Order: sequence, then structure tokens, then C-alpha cells
Amino acid sequence: MSDDMPKPEQLAQISYGPPPKNWMDNPVKFRTGTFNYSANPDSARYVDFPYPRKWMPMEDDWQLPENWQEIILNGLKDRLNKYRTLRVFMDICVRCGACADKCHFFIGSGDPKNMPVLRAELLRSVYRNDFTTAGKILGKIAGARKLTVGVLKEWFFYFFQCTECRRCSVYCPYGIDTAEITMMVRELLNLVGLNIDWITTPVANCFRTGNHLGIQPHGFADSLEFAVDELEELTGVRVEAPINRKGAEILFVAPSADYFATPHYYTLLGYLALFHEIGLDYTWSAYASEGGNFGLFHSAETMKRLNNKIYAEAKRLGVKWILGGECGHMWRVLHQYMDTINGPADFLEVPKSPLTGTVFENTKSTKMVHISEFTADLIKHDKIKLDPSRNDHWRITYHDSCNPARAMGLLEEPRYIINKTCNNFFEMPENTIREQTFCCGSGSGLGTDENLEMRLRGGMPRGNAARYVRDKHGVNICLCMCAIDKATLPAVMDYWAPGVEIGGVHEMVGNALILKGEKERDTDLRGTPLVGKEGTGDV
Amino acid sequence: MRAVFSLAVVIILVLIAQVGAGSAGMRYLLGVIIPYIAMAVFLIGMVYRVIKWARSPVPFRIPVTCGQEKSLPWIKSSKLDNPHTTLGVIGRMALEILCFRSLFRNTKTELRKGPTLTYGSSKYLWLGALVFHWSFLIIFIRHFKYFTEPIPSFVLLAQNLDGFFQVGLPIVYITDILILVALTYLLFRRLLDAKLRYISLAGDYIPLFLIGGIAVTGVLMRYFTKTDIVAVKQLAIGLVTFSPVGADVLGQISSIFFIHIFLVSVLFIYFPFSKLVHLGGVFLSPTRNLANNNRMERHVNPWDYPVKVHTYEEWEDEFRDVMKAAGLPLDKE
Repeated sequence: MSDDMPKPEQLAQISYGPPPKNWMDNPVKFRTGTFNYSANPDSARYVDFPYPRKWMPMEDDWQLPENWQEIILNGLKDRLNKYRTLRVFMDICVRCGACADKCHFFIGSGDPKNMPVLRAELLRSVYRNDFTTAGKILGKIAGARKLTVGVLKEWFFYFFQCTECRRCSVYCPYGIDTAEITMMVRELLNLVGLNIDWITTPVANCFRTGNHLGIQPHGFADSLEFAVDELEELTGVRVEAPINRKGAEILFVAPSADYFATPHYYTLLGYLALFHEIGLDYTWSAYASEGGNFGLFHSAETMKRLNNKIYAEAKRLGVKWILGGECGHMWRVLHQYMDTINGPADFLEVPKSPLTGTVFENTKSTKMVHISEFTADLIKHDKIKLDPSRNDHWRITYHDSCNPARAMGLLEEPRYIINKTCNNFFEMPENTIREQTFCCGSGSGLGTDENLEMRLRGGMPRGNAARYVRDKHGVNICLCMCAIDKATLPAVMDYWAPGVEIGGVHEMVGNALILKGEKERDTDLRGTPLVGKEGTGDV
Repeated sequence: MRAVFSLAVVIILVLIAQVGAGSAGMRYLLGVIIPYIAMAVFLIGMVYRVIKWARSPVPFRIPVTCGQEKSLPWIKSSKLDNPHTTLGVIGRMALEILCFRSLFRNTKTELRKGPTLTYGSSKYLWLGALVFHWSFLIIFIRHFKYFTEPIPSFVLLAQNLDGFFQVGLPIVYITDILILVALTYLLFRRLLDAKLRYISLAGDYIPLFLIGGIAVTGVLMRYFTKTDIVAVKQLAIGLVTFSPVGADVLGQISSIFFIHIFLVSVLFIYFPFSKLVHLGGVFLSPTRNLANNNRMERHVNPWDYPVKVHTYEEWEDEFRDVMKAAGLPLDKE
């Protein structure tokens, strides 16, 4: 963390009182630390995004195409005709303000344009001006304004300052979904070549190599091999990690960070140990080596282009069904979009656990099961042996990731697994968990270093709730099932709740899982000594 | 400023009606012609609006879920907040539309020293909104007594329940008091909370003042300055039977009635062009009116189109050498 970052007490000097000036007369300022840099034109070109060029948000001239207004207004018209969500959400907001203090970015910054209602008004004002009778006739009195470069810059700033977490939508009497509005505006910005690099480059990487990090197949094989070695060192058991194996029963897809980043990596070790212990007939794929989908943060079309690999690969390998790892936005795509955009998956079978015989009826069309559903079912049927005391050095809380919580409702499975694999579990306050959960502040492609101040502001509510259970119950780890959480919450915790680490649910499974033929376990998957084994291991 | 502007608009409307009620010709305009125009604009406007919404398809099934989804048989799912069946969706929508379920969740975030964030329960908006909307609906139903003969039993029932306490003469309707209290709360909430004042448009104040004006003139007529109810009913029946009354009947009605009916007419005309269309839109919101059965049943996007993808063959062509070196299986050697 850089030295010029203000201390938490300073950053928390937040006023929720809005400025005196009307929001329409308050142009956006690009202050270092609060926005993301523009897309690398080479990446944009690789995936055929329009108008690739070198430009920077803090520069005056964004080198927009000549007819940029026409492009955007036509794009808006097109989307109004394609998405009922957009048309309805543009018309029915009554500005009741219920959403205002629900956004983590508003809570952490006090910037009124981070109130979801006002974020939407940034677009709605233009919609009124060009698409409604009242706005055309009455103009500003009706809340309408022209699309100017200033408005465009405001859009770029604030719609890349929304993590599409949908918390506001839970409280909205009409279910107005700011994530949907943000997705639309990001699509519009893309039409004139305005994108951020943290979305565009992962998208280009994923399109080319199969994963966001741009890891080529041999690199992918190497990292799995490395994990297998490490797991053997920790447990004494040699596991298999088959790749691109035709005829396997199950294709397993995880977010790429699981095999290339920490603390995700310990979750990967957990998966590998579990699959070995139950003798799962499965395969990884180097082609579909990414469950995550940064296309979701770009456009519906890009999401579809990236997601295509999963079903295509399942078909090529001839598997029966697909199992998916711990990730948040990945599951938004898999649960709410995949079947529609790349289905029907009629070449697959309705998922059935080979161990328990449970048929996952809830996935009978999409044919993709979440690993926590799969594991909870295993535990329920006593198919694995667990020693929860191996997690006794952890005092645990659980962070519901936005998408599994508010785009699926995957709430009980992870809790069931945690309770069966750990002895010390403490919930954060009820207004900060389940469907009311707070975002990490870095989702939807905003998790860059250049945006760190805004991320920490957005992470403040989550950090605050974690600090509460740290102080009250001595919590020292926050578990989650999201790759972006695992990548970005460590910084949030270091800042707002020092001493709270970040881990995955299947990391705890891996710790507690008793493997046949394992050596005496002295440490957990991180190499941290177990309670009572301090000083005995070769740490 | 926007509040003052909106108040001024409504005051001007009142003055127009007040002046107009002074001449017989204008009375006909206010009592017959404008109400017909208002009705037509409202009906055509709302139908147009709903058709416009409905013509935009729902490409993706994206409910915002609250509570546990339907998954394993031994895990209890939240049937109303996260419905996976049509019946559940109907339940969720009914809770939303009749009880304002989502507003009931409302919390108030506060930042205290520490820094510590707290989220207290905050039900005032829910209560104010619920009282306002239900009062409005009951008053609306009560008014059918002017347009019908004989008066249907559900109208009489609403009227009897509303006057349940039998206080005052004429009997005081509870909703008359409640709607004024709720409107006052909703207005002052908007004016006094700096955040809300900041986001409020003229279009947020106009309905409050307009409906406030309608309620006040209604209350004045019922409890204070009497008007000729028989003549009013003749006018109303005349309107719905398309045989409007003449100057004789219109002449018997006090001028405050013309303010009342003019404001109602303006409200009807204003309705389809304003945020009040949430009356229809709330039924059509795709984040609430779809079942979370995404992985159970396929949803079809009507405008789906093929996209450029990176096929396995292209991918293997690009990486064949490194894959071979790493010992990974290949489709083509």
C-alpha cells in the first residue's frame, strides 16, 4: 500500500451531506486513486472493440469519434428496444431514496452521485432529453439534459465506480437494478471506445488463451502440477489433476485465479484433495480454463463470446455434466446467462452425484452444479471423513459474495460446509450478510491498484463488519466463494480490519478432509501449524 | 426551488379553476370537457406506455434474489423472496405490490466514531408510503358511489369500513386524515433530508402538491363548505353515461368542486408522462416478476445472434507446439 494513502481514520471522514450546487452543474474530477486507466488499444483491437486508441481519463481530449453523440444515442435507442429492464427502469423510478445509503461506494465516499438513484439519473437525464415528450418540451425542469462530453465523462467515472453488486436493488420497491443500468452504460461507452484496461486486457487474454491471466496451456499444466506436488508435500498423498481428458464424467471449471493467485490457491488444493478422495472421474480443461467472465463487465456480446468455451469444451470432451468452482460473477453468468446465451446443453445429462446418487434437479437445464452444492450433498450423505479440529486455529466468518447471494441465493450450502468443517464460525451483523451482503468494493473489473482509494472506500462497510466480529469473537479469517473477493479483500482487511485473513470454503474442506493414506497432518494447506502441532512440523 | 416551482404550478391550477368556476361556459369546460379529455389522455397514455414496455423483450432472466434458492431437497428455500415457481412469483409480486415488501427491508446507515458503521431499521418510509397508497386506493374506490346507481356493495363496504369509528357528522373517513398525514410526511421527508432534496426533481413534488390539493378540496367539501351532492352525482353519472348534464345542474355545484375535479383531471393527464407510471411498471419489472429457476428451465433470448468465438480448433492450432511439449492431449497431432 502506498505511503500517500490516507489513514483509515482520515479516509473515514465522510460527510453524507450533498454539495450546494445542483448535481447537473457539478462536473466530474478525475482524481488519482479513484478511477481506472483506459484500455490498452492492442487488447481492444484483438477482440474487435470499436475505436481502439491511446487516451487517458484525466486528459481533456478523449479523442472521441466525430459522431460520438449519434453513436451513443442510437446505441441507447437500440438497447431500449432490446431490454425491457432498461425501458422500465428509465421510466418508473420515483426517487424515494431507499437505495441512497445502500451503496458501499456512497457509504465509503459520501459522493452523492454514488447514490444508486443518482447514478441512474446520470443516464435517465439523457434518456428524458432524447426519448420522452416531457423532457423534449420542458428540458431541465423535467430533469432532462443534453448528452455532452461532460456527461460522457461523468458516465465513465461513475459507471466504472459501480461494482454491479445489486445491493440497492434489494431495497428498491420496483427492483430497479443498478447493475443492469451500469451494464447498459458500459456498453454505450464501449461503442465509442471508452473502456478500462482491467476489463479489456483480461477479456482479450481469455479470448485467446482461455483464461483472464493469459496463461497458455503449458503454463496451466505447470501450475496444476505444482499444486499437486505441494499437496503431496502437505498431506503425503499424490493426487491426479487430469487436463483435457476425453471421456471424463465431469468437466471442472474454476476461476483462473484459483491456480495462479493467493489465497485462492489454497482453495485449489482443497478441490484437488476432495476430488482425489472421492475418486471423482473428472477433468480440467486448458481451453476452458476460466470460469470467470470479464465479458460480463463489458457487454452481453463479449460475455457470450467468452462463455462459449465452456459448453463447447464439455461437448468436445464428451463429459456428462459440468461442475464449477468458487467464484462470484462467474456464477452470475453460469446461473443467469449461460443457458440462454450458449445453450441448450442438450448434449449433457442432468447432473447426478456419482457418490450419493443425488440428482441435481435444480440444474436440469443448464447442467452445471456449484461446488458448494456438490460438497454439501457429499457431507450430508457422509461420503467424506472430516476432522473439523484441523481448522481450530481459525476463527471464521463468512462473506456472502454479491452474485451468489443476489443472483442465485446460494446462502445455506457454504454455511453448511463451514459448520461441518470448522468449529468456530461467527456471522457478521445481519444487515451485512446474505442478500444484504456488502461488496468487496472491487468487483466488476475495478480491482486495480490505480483505483485503490476508491476500492478501500467501497470496501469500508465490509471491512467494518469484519472488524466488528474480529473485536467481538476474535475472528481471524473471512471466508468467501469469489475469486475477486479473494484477490481484493486482503487489502481491504489490512486497511479496515487488520488481522483478518481471507480464505475459501474449500480451503477449509481441504484442511478438515481426512485422506486415505495421508501422513500425520501438522499444518493446514497454508503451511500454518495446527493447534497442538505448533513447533512439531517442518515449517 | 423545485418544490416552490411545483407548488406555484399547483396554485396556478387552483386559481384557473377558481376563476373558471365563475362563468357558466367555463363550468362546462371544467366539469365536462376537461374530464373527458383527461380520461382519454390517461387511458391512451397508459396503454401506450404499457405497450411500449411490453414490446421491449426480456432477453435474460435476471431476478434479484433475496434468501435461499431452491437447490438440494434438504435445504429450505425461500419461496417468496427467492421464488422458483410461478406461484412463488405471484406471491412475491403480491407482497411487493400490496405490502411494499422491499421498502419494509429499509435500513438507515450511520457512520459513528471509530469509524463504525451501523444499519438501523428504518420503517418510516415504508409506513408513510403504505398509508398513502392504501388511503388513495380506498378513497378512489369510495368515489365510485358518485358514478354508480345502485352503488355496488364493495363500494359501500369500503365506505363503511372507512367510517368505522362513526366519529363526527358527517362521519369522518379515516383515510381522509391518513392521506393528509402521509402526504405531509412524504413532502417534509423530501424537503428536510438533504440527500433527498438533492435528488428530487420538480416531477417529484408536483404529484405531492397535486394530490394534496385534491385531498384538501375534497375534505373541505365534505366537512366544511358543503356542496350539492345530488348535483355532483348527476354530473358524475352524466359523465359515465355519456349524457353530460347541462348548465342548470352545473350551476348548483359550488366552485370548490370545480377546483377539485380540475386538479383530478390534471392528475390524470399528467399521469402517463410522469413517474406515476410506476403504477403499471411495478408489474413489469424483470428483476422481480421472474422465477429464479434459471438452471432448471432454459430462457430464450428473442434477439440472440451468433458471435465471433475462438474455437477449440483455432486454439489448438495456436498452442499445439507448447501443448505437445507439455504432454497435453491433442485432437490433431
